[in-house]
Amino acid sequence: MALTDKEIESILDQYPSKVAKSRRKHIILKDGELPNQEIEANTRTIPGIITNRGCAYAGCKGVVLGPIKDMAHIVHGPIGCSYYAWGTRRNKARTEDGKDNFLNYCFSTDMQESDIVFGGEKKLAALIDEVVETFQPKAITLSATCPVGLIGDDINAVARAAEARHGIQVLAFSCEGYKGVSQSAGHHIANNNLMEKVIGASELEEAPAPYAINLLGEYNIGGDGWEIERVLKDIGYHVVSVMTGDGKWEDIRNAHVAELNLVQCHRSINYIADMLETKYGTPWLKVNFIGVAATIESLRNMAIYFGDPKLTARTEEVIERELARVEPVLAQYRKLCEGKTAFCFVGGSRGHHYQGLFAELGISTILAGYEFAHRDDYEGRHVIPSIKSDADSKNIPNLEVEADVQRFRLKLPAERLEELKAKIPLGDYAGMRVSMEEGSVLVDDLNHYETEEFIKLLQPDILASGIKDKYVVQKMGIPAKQLHSYDYSGPYAGFNGAVQFAKDVSMAFASPTWNFITPPWQDQPLLDGKMNEGGAA
Amino acid sequence: MRQVAIYGKGGIGKSTTTQNTVAALAEAGKNIMVVGCDPKADSTRLLLNGLCQKTVLDTLRDEGDDIDLDDILKPGFKGVKCVESGGPEPGVGCAGRGIITSINMLESLGAYEDDLDYVFYDVLGDVVCGGFAMPIREGKAEEIYIVASGELMALYAANNISKGIQKYAANGKVRLGGIICNSRKVDRELDLLQAFASEIGSQLIHFVPRDNIVQRAEINKKTVIDYDPKADQADEYRQLAMAINQNKMFVVPKPMTQDRLEELMMSYGIMG
Repeated sequence: MALTDKEIESILDQYPSKVAKSRRKHIILKDGELPNQEIEANTRTIPGIITNRGCAYAGCKGVVLGPIKDMAHIVHGPIGCSYYAWGTRRNKARTEDGKDNFLNYCFSTDMQESDIVFGGEKKLAALIDEVVETFQPKAITLSATCPVGLIGDDINAVARAAEARHGIQVLAFSCEGYKGVSQSAGHHIANNNLMEKVIGASELEEAPAPYAINLLGEYNIGGDGWEIERVLKDIGYHVVSVMTGDGKWEDIRNAHVAELNLVQCHRSINYIADMLETKYGTPWLKVNFIGVAATIESLRNMAIYFGDPKLTARTEEVIERELARVEPVLAQYRKLCEGKTAFCFVGGSRGHHYQGLFAELGISTILAGYEFAHRDDYEGRHVIPSIKSDADSKNIPNLEVEADVQRFRLKLPAERLEELKAKIPLGDYAGMRVSMEEGSVLVDDLNHYETEEFIKLLQPDILASGIKDKYVVQKMGIPAKQLHSYDYSGPYAGFNGAVQFAKDVSMAFASPTWNFITPPWQDQPLLDGKMNEGGAA
Repeated sequence: MRQVAIYGKGGIGKSTTTQNTVAALAEAGKNIMVVGCDPKADSTRLLLNGLCQKTVLDTLRDEGDDIDLDDILKPGFKGVKCVESGGPEPGVGCAGRGIITSINMLESLGAYEDDLDYVFYDVLGDVVCGGFAMPIREGKAEEIYIVASGELMALYAANNISKGIQKYAANGKVRLGGIICNSRKVDRELDLLQAFASEIGSQLIHFVPRDNIVQRAEINKKTVIDYDPKADQADEYRQLAMAINQNKMFVVPKPMTQDRLEELMMSYGIMG
């Protein structure tokens, strides 16, 4: 099954030689004998290539800010940018009694041609006034789209004036879509502003309960965050804030009081995690709540960090109880999945996280990759000092924070921290590569052409990706599972999520649909476009 | 219909030259539309005997898409149809996009009538972005005249504009019709301008001398032809108008390098 270098070259041969040379650096075959294998990532997609990547606006407004439910998220731009970022990501939120939840609304300046010509600042200011009057939010975000940057509307000045006018926080994000090489730039822009203006803004000095944690990089897609919180609360943790799935601005202001930060999606939130440690002395732990084994390991690592026998005992109790409940169910589904293979191409963390869940179902991941990750997400954080910054990455402002004189506090003695770092991933992420099978393929920024070619070569049984390649792949006779939106399903995280995922994947395999599809290469010569009469059913 | 665009360095006298030329052509019985492409909207002031009250973009903003041609097309001196594209205040929005929008609007409203002999575009001095090149894109103006003087920066701008024309000429019909000298009375100006024009492969179509009557006419919100038809300066503009009317020399310009341009200045400006 394993690919050879020659087979990869044959796929890349179709490109002009310069493109082939560049793309080759984005593909590696896992070789565990080597201490490290460098992969190129977070560089520009070559024009002409059909990429799955999004834009900086998608990363900032769509990913990081969008799920914060008690802020009104205003988009300054043409209506399309707002419309396609409205409710499409399935970041769920519950309305709590007496609390704000604006997630069902779409606030947009709906820029028209004359706003481009004459500037849109007045319209933006008028919209803020209207939103404040109608909804009285405690805080507002303004996200810039491409044309705003082109015509030079000063959204920071508009935000400052609106803060003075209304006495509420108005945050401006210069996340014009064209910035950076992918949505990753937008994550960074959002992280910086949240860190600078929101986190630590409250008066709270002590967590109201023991075992206080923040859950970072969990966006509650299909209710993932709720399933994780169910287990965490059951064990006895106090969740101070979630960034940002079903999250609240008023909670994020308190994030500085937590004893530990959990990092689920490393790519989108590691900036805040690092800055929280520098500023307040709160360590972060890389967790993975996708898959039963990964969830258990994450829970045990948390217990090790707090080092409280009662908490550890309760952790084991909950694990035992949950396992007894889900194991038999998973065993049934495993029968339908055993021995199958998967491609797992998604995001900046899911491409890694879901491999464990697939493995528990007996499915091996033979190709994996990320859309917008950086080298550290593949190779581990130890490569960060060796990542070369380029014009694109230098274009994204880097926020430097210092220890907060009043609030900085080591949560554990320095010696104890060092001791723990040897045992659990504190402040560290080992990346995707180490846990992958020998000979498996890692591809960065996988594109549509390569997807099709790799499928023909490796014939996977399922492709885990997104909406952009789903239907192309299904027409090739292979089920495709969207891991951005979960195809209207979920949750997939934690114990219950694993069962839901097993059910959905088994259903995909068992569907009779695939018997009705003959992929074109099975009954047609690839170079001849003629249709056989009565052919492809 | 001949569509003519007038370019040149800011402050060189494009609007004044254009309006006086148009007035002379109108006097000779030509049917003309002038499209001002400067956000300041002062390209038709002398023809209208005052500033245009409502630009295309103002109208678009106030009335939405429901616009009549009469709202934006005002008759001026001898029936010249005057339009101002208009644009944002300095420092906001996108004036370039404004020009694109307003020329498209004029087209869709049917402003380009078949009985027009001429359409003149008076364009902002520096072609800073795609919008300001709109009049020479997409089959609009096919003749360009550059207003210049014997000053280095004016010729520097003229040379740069030639580069733009050269670029658009490769894919379309736009050609340089000539250089108009709006004299600043610098040393050997006529010789220098003739040398410059011939070096880029074009011609000096007319040398307009400096005369204070232009200033007096402007203060009175009139072209010289309107203000004092018998003045010598009025005849200069009539000559320019006739030269343009009879012009047959349309070329793809060959812009100079910066070094060559400075050499030319040295040999006429200092050595002379």
